[in-house]
Amino acid sequence: MSQINDNLFGLHTQALGLWQKRAEVLSGNLANADTPDYLARDVDFRKALTQASGNQLPLSAPTAGQIDPNANAGEQLAYRVPTQPSMDGNTVDTQVEQAQFAGNTVHYQASLSFITAQIHMLRTAITEGQS
Amino acid sequence: MSSLFKIFDTAGSGMAAQSTRLNTVASNLANADTVSSTPEGAYRAKEPLFATLHDNALKAGAATQDDGTSGVQTLGVSESQADIQSRYEPGNPMADANGYVYGSNVNPIDELVNMISASRSYQNNVEVMNTAKQLMLKTLDVGK
Repeated sequence: MSQINDNLFGLHTQALGLWQKRAEVLSGNLANADTPDYLARDVDFRKALTQASGNQLPLSAPTAGQIDPNANAGEQLAYRVPTQPSMDGNTVDTQVEQAQFAGNTVHYQASLSFITAQIHMLRTAITEGQS
Repeated sequence: MSSLFKIFDTAGSGMAAQSTRLNTVASNLANADTVSSTPEGAYRAKEPLFATLHDNALKAGAATQDDGTSGVQTLGVSESQADIQSRYEPGNPMADANGYVYGSNVNPIDELVNMISASRSYQNNVEVMNTAKQLMLKTLDVGK
């Protein structure tokens, strides 16, 4: 029974957390759209999700000062490659960030939908299709 | 603790910063035509200075870890160092002994551009906040 519970929602619970994290980072980029020398950042989603799903053997970081590969996604933020230079050193491209944020929102809702669908499926099974 | 609530803080700091900017634009435009009897007393255009406010700056405990969320803060308001224009207006009550008055160094075009930019950025932050709110409401409805 516990096995059903563990795999009930698949990757979507982890994905939800990552979409949320990414929404935070992107909102930070948008808030800093006019801050001089601010460098836009983003979450490397593929890497973060692979890590969260545990499908990868972890590397060890035995020495202090080495980059910890097991650090969470928030510490592995990547800097966005600027598409056009600006005089104040800011690399936020508002349109790009808006598009990414909108896409991120849809993905978040998709994960929510999958979770809801799973719950409905289980409920149907529990009530023998009565509700 | 990572939470969608943080987006409200981030977008809120952005809105506060942009409204400061709008405030300085309003002040500059209102004072575009003010005159003074001394160059020192003339109005100088003001502009806010923005800087990134990292989340860990708020928490003394987590000094080294940057968790990626970052708001905006206004470090201060600087005054334009552009030249003050003097005009010969002997009839002006504010004129000095030689008949000169000193106008502001506000550039109305700069200010209007600043206003449009600040307004758009403010709207961006509002949209971000709205979206975060919708996501949170949808999350509350999971399973229904």
